[in-house]
Amino acid sequence: MNNETIQELINSDNPQVSAPRMYTKNLNAYFGKNRALQDISLDIPKNKVLAIIGPSGCGKSTFLRCLNRMHEEVGGTIKGEVYLDGEDIMKKDPVNLRRKVGMVFQKPNPFPTMTIAQNVVSGLKLNGIRNRKKLNETVENYLRKASLWEEVKDSLSKPGNSISGGQQQRLCIARTLAVEPEVILMDEPASALDPISTAKIEELVFELKKKYTIVIVTHNMQQASRISDYTAFFYMGKLIEVGKTLDVFTAPKLKQTEDYISGRFG
Amino acid sequence: MSPSTHYKVRKAKSRLMVFLSLLCLVLVIVPLVMILYYTVSKGINYINWDFFTKMPAPVGEAGGGMANAIVGTGILVAIGSLMGIPIGVMAGIYLADKEKSVFASTTRFMTEVLNGIPSIVVGVVAYILIVIPMKRFSALAGGFALGILMIPLITRTTEEMIRLVPHSFREAGLGLGIPRWKTTLFIILPAALKGIFTGILLSIARAAGETAPLLFTALGNRFWSTQLDQPIASMTVFIYDYAKAPFDDWNQQAWAASFVLIVLVLLLNILFRLATRKRFAT
Repeated sequence: MNNETIQELINSDNPQVSAPRMYTKNLNAYFGKNRALQDISLDIPKNKVLAIIGPSGCGKSTFLRCLNRMHEEVGGTIKGEVYLDGEDIMKKDPVNLRRKVGMVFQKPNPFPTMTIAQNVVSGLKLNGIRNRKKLNETVENYLRKASLWEEVKDSLSKPGNSISGGQQQRLCIARTLAVEPEVILMDEPASALDPISTAKIEELVFELKKKYTIVIVTHNMQQASRISDYTAFFYMGKLIEVGKTLDVFTAPKLKQTEDYISGRFG
Repeated sequence: MSPSTHYKVRKAKSRLMVFLSLLCLVLVIVPLVMILYYTVSKGINYINWDFFTKMPAPVGEAGGGMANAIVGTGILVAIGSLMGIPIGVMAGIYLADKEKSVFASTTRFMTEVLNGIPSIVVGVVAYILIVIPMKRFSALAGGFALGILMIPLITRTTEEMIRLVPHSFREAGLGLGIPRWKTTLFIILPAALKGIFTGILLSIARAAGETAPLLFTALGNRFWSTQLDQPIASMTVFIYDYAKAPFDDWNQQAWAASFVLIVLVLLLNILFRLATRKRFAT
C-alpha cells in the first residue's frame, strides 16, 4: 500500500480505518458506588464531529467529562483507558491534558470579573504567558475564529457577562480555542440559547472541525443530524450504537436507537 | 358563613397580622433609637477638637481628650486584623474548597463554637498565653485577643462568599487547563472579594467595640503609648473607666467617647452596605 492510499483511507469516512484522535477502552465512570458508564469503547475520529445523543441521565455528559478528566473534579472516579494520540490520559497530569482537550459548557460561563478581552486570554495568562503584544493579537485572532470579533470589537473592555447569552457562549468558545487545544468537548453548548444564536454556534462547529476534533453532547437530534459526522447513542450508561450520522438516523441497526430517534421514548 | 363574611374575617386576620408585625418592628427599632438618642444627645456637647487631639487630663483637672485611646484602638484593631484577616481568609478558602472532608467539617464546627465563646473568655486565654509569659499587660496581648475574635467571623463570610461563586467558574477555569490553586486564587477569589471585604469590615467593627477581652490584656493607659509591648489605651476601656468614675467631667467624656465609637461602627456598617450593594453585575 503506498502512502496515498493510506492517506485516502485515513481521510475516508470509515471510523474503523481513519486514525482516531482519541479512543476509550472499557471506560467505566462512577459516582460513589453508582456506575454511570459501563464499558464504553468508542473511537473519536480526527477532525470530525462526533455527536453523543441519548435521554437525560444516560451518561453522555459524564462520558464527555471523562475525556478531559473533569469527572474527577466533581468527586467521580474513572476506571478504564482513555487514549489521546496513543497515550493513556489516565496516567497523565490532568492540567496538561485539559490544555489539549478543551471544553465548552452548557451554560455560558465567561468570568464576570474579567473584561471580554481578558476572558479570551485568561487561559494563556494564567498559564504564564505575559507578552502583551502576543496576548493582544490572540484576542482579535480568536474572537474572529469564534465569529464574535465584529460584534464586540468596540466593547473589548466591558465585563465578560455584559453581552448576550449567545455572544457569551461564543466568547467561551474563543477562550477555549485560545489555549490551542486539539480536541474540543461541547456539553450541550446551544441548549440555553435562542434559535439564531444556536445557528451561529452550529456554523461555528462546522468551521472548527477543519482544524479540531469535536465531541458534542446534544439533546437536540436535529442538531446532531445537522452538524455531526458520527453519532453515538447512549442509554442507561451504555453505548448502544455508533456510526455515521446519516446511517444512525436513517437506518439504525438497533430497535432501541430507532425508538429514541423517532421520539418513542426519552 | 356567607362568602362575604368569610372574606371580611380573612381581611381582619390579615390586618391583625400586619399590625403585629409592625409592632415587633417598632420593638426592634426602639432600643436602637434610644441608644442613639442618649449617646448623641449626651455625647455631642462634649465633642470638640480637644477631645480628639488632647491627652486625658490629670485626675482632678477638667478638660482633656482621648487621643491616646483613639490611636490605641487603631493599633489594637490593626494587630487583630494582621492576625485575623490572613488566618480567617485562608481558612475560609480551605473550607469552601474541601467542603465535605472530615477535617473541614470539624474545623467548621470549631469555628462556630469559637464564634459563640464569650469574649471575656478569649481575653482570659490571651492573658494566660501572652500576658503571663511576658509578665506585663501589652498591646500585643490585646490585639491577639481581638484577632481570635475576628477569625471565626472572617472564616465564615469567606467560606460563604466563595460558595456563592457559581461552580461553573471553577469548571471553566479547570477546563482551560488552569491549575487548581490558580483557579481558586485568580478566578474564584476575585468574584468573591467584595463579600469577603464586607466580612472583614464587620469583624473590624466588632473588634473595635470589644471591651471585656481588653480589660486584662491591653489594660488601658492614661499616657501616650504606641509601644506594642506596653499597656495601651482603647476607646472601650476608656469608656468603661470614665463611666464608672465619680467625676461629672469624666462621665461626660465617656458619653462623648461612646458617641464617637458608635459613629465609627455606623460608618463601617454603611461602608459594608455600599460594598455589598453590587455583588454581581448581571
